[in-house]
Amino acid sequence: MPVKKRKKDLNLMENLYIPEIAKGLALTFKTMFKPKVTMEYPEVKFQPPASYRGRPVLVQEESGVERCVACGLCSRVCPALAIEVRASETELEKERYPEKFEINMLRCIFCGFCEEVCPEEAIVMSKDYELVFTDREDAIYGKDKLLVPVANLKDRLEFLRNFK
Amino acid sequence: MPKITIDGKELEFKQGQTIIEAAKQGGIDIPHFCWHSSLSVSGNCRICLVEVEKLPKLVIACSTLAADGMVVQTASQKTLDARNAVMEFILINHPLDCPICDEAGECKLQDYAYEHSVGESRFVEEKNHKDKRVQLGPRIMFDGERCISCSRCIRFSDEIAGKNQLTFVKRGDRVTITTFPGESFDNNYTLNTVDICPVGALTSADFRFKSRVWEMSATDSVCVGCSRGCNTEVWVRDNKIQRLTPRHNEAVNSHWMCDYGRLNTFKFVNDETRVDGPSIRREGQLIKVSWDEALNLAHDRLREFKTSEIAFIGSAFATAEDNYLFARLAKHMGVHNIDFARHIAHGDFDNLLLLEDKTPNSLGAELAGIKPEHGGLSFDEIMEAVKIKKIKALYILEDDLAGLGEEYAAALGKLDLLIVHAVNYNKTTDYADVVLPSAAFAEKNGIFVNFAGTAQRLKPATTTLETDRALDGMSMSRWDVFGTKFDRWANGSRYDARPSWRIVSMLSQKFGLKLKFQMAEEVFRSLSEHNKHFEGLDYDNIGRKGALVKNISLPVPEKIK
Ligand code: SF4
Ligand code: SF4
Ligand code: SF4
Ligand code: SF4
Repeated sequence: MPVKKRKKDLNLMENLYIPEIAKGLALTFKTMFKPKVTMEYPEVKFQPPASYRGRPVLVQEESGVERCVACGLCSRVCPALAIEVRASETELEKERYPEKFEINMLRCIFCGFCEEVCPEEAIVMSKDYELVFTDREDAIYGKDKLLVPVANLKDRLEFLRNFK
Repeated sequence: MPKITIDGKELEFKQGQTIIEAAKQGGIDIPHFCWHSSLSVSGNCRICLVEVEKLPKLVIACSTLAADGMVVQTASQKTLDARNAVMEFILINHPLDCPICDEAGECKLQDYAYEHSVGESRFVEEKNHKDKRVQLGPRIMFDGERCISCSRCIRFSDEIAGKNQLTFVKRGDRVTITTFPGESFDNNYTLNTVDICPVGALTSADFRFKSRVWEMSATDSVCVGCSRGCNTEVWVRDNKIQRLTPRHNEAVNSHWMCDYGRLNTFKFVNDETRVDGPSIRREGQLIKVSWDEALNLAHDRLREFKTSEIAFIGSAFATAEDNYLFARLAKHMGVHNIDFARHIAHGDFDNLLLLEDKTPNSLGAELAGIKPEHGGLSFDEIMEAVKIKKIKALYILEDDLAGLGEEYAAALGKLDLLIVHAVNYNKTTDYADVVLPSAAFAEKNGIFVNFAGTAQRLKPATTTLETDRALDGMSMSRWDVFGTKFDRWANGSRYDARPSWRIVSMLSQKFGLKLKFQMAEEVFRSLSEHNKHFEGLDYDNIGRKGALVKNISLPVPEKIK
């Protein structure tokens, strides 16, 4: 970090200002000819890599059923108490399913612990970073908003298999 | 006394005790699945293997008698290796389906796998598959794969419940539990096997999947199903009672409670029939009013009658504190017709716990002063007098008299004034002119006295509108601790109800009787100062195990098996 100098410590060249201004402008001009990195959001959207931790979502199998068995581990590990799970019985072989699964996106801190702890690979961090709500109730996402078809989550699932 | 040395600690023991018993007495816990202090020794799980000096092989602590001068190691390398080997062996065919298993969080197998196993399995073959979701009885689900064949459930039904209904069939790794042909596992104590099953092989059909154990708060309480007063824990999530489990108290209920009590004594607390706020009858309809308005009306209307036309009905469902203040008010008003209704179900009892008296506090109500005095009428006489309109006003504390039968309902219809404290709307509230909502047993502090004279404490497990989990020192789950009003789970139903002693004390002010108490504990203190039966008792010395009331002659409570 450049040390901030006090006025009394400035040498003659610095006290003249003009050379310093020229230096600054030189940097500005140089940058003008470099390639642009800013994106014109929302016309252009950022496509995050697989390692990105966007909002947590529930994996929906091809059969339309969620993978989640409502074990409640994500809910327990969540440091922000964002997840509420209520289990119920299903005729399917997995016996349990989440009758209610809610993530309060105002509480979530995108730590990814829920994904890490899940024994079923049923909750994963998506690439979705667009979270807009106009009141607190809107921020509580139920199963309708959380379920995402497994086909759309291939990237992340593969990433988890390789690096988790 | 003979002495045994366990892990370098010299312990005294009684002749005939086993190593595991001697160790337990001395505060050393030797791991065990199949051993249970109230059941016979079976010795089949082998996890309690310990090293005894001068013996060539490890021995099982549950069936080896302790001997004078014996030196036992429970944490030597040899024992630890054996324990790990046993764990590996038990887990060979275990399905490891903790995520869908209700026992997770209170499972011995989970705990021991964590504490006593290195967590490596050399078993690469396919696991054995057995039936899952088998309905063993009306209240019990069985999962064959999770069972570790400890035989606790079999021994319990045989030795404690006295119903030989379960057995092992098949052998080796195909062994499983079943009922005898044509039988259903349906005795009144089946749910205790869910508690003692060390794994999640037996689950409660009622509680199944309702909640994870770590999501609930647990509060010490007492069952209100009969006058045994089994010690219980009330498990609450989102301010709603999810289940009851028995709490160990050797003198009252040992480790057990009956299925009837476990399933039928808590659901009314969160039922939609709960009385939420006081109401009075206007033009035949009950309408909600403020506490003050309801109490003023109760006071004004009671003043319209001669004391001989009024009767007070206490309650064996209410606490000693409630009944005590109720009796004080009656005395202050000069009402001598005071008694309570008995709820005896003739013939409905068994030799283990369940009793005919289906109320938790009939002795407490009586001792606290609910009995006719100075020539007052008894309960039956009061009801007769109501029929002939000699008694015109009744004030009932938490009891559903109309529910006792048509005859009683018809009698209540003849009254000019009926004031009731009620937890739920019932047949009696249909006739009431003033309904005062009282807090349920799970929402208040108080004392019940069981049939044998043991005073036992109730603690609040769920909140009403006027109580607060944190401020009132109630037990809290992690959810309760961190929930805010914006979290949906923190919005469980809370009712505008108050403990009956508080309602009576508010009403008493209007009659010029200053019963000013802030807490149930103060009411009880006053009771113990004024009543020889409760002399010297307080909430602290009653504690978790209860204490006997004084100056009564009752058969000494016989220790249950
Ligand atoms: S990402 Fe972290 S904070 Fe968000 S729901 Fe998962 S565990 Fe909770
Ligand atoms: S950890 Fe996974 S399986 Fe368990 S409740 Fe959460 S999402 Fe469902
Ligand atoms: S069902 Fe449970 S209690 Fe019964 S033998 Fe199996 S593990 Fe033991
Ligand atoms: S025996 Fe009585 S007190 Fe005990 S659980 Fe059954 S009903 Fe409740």
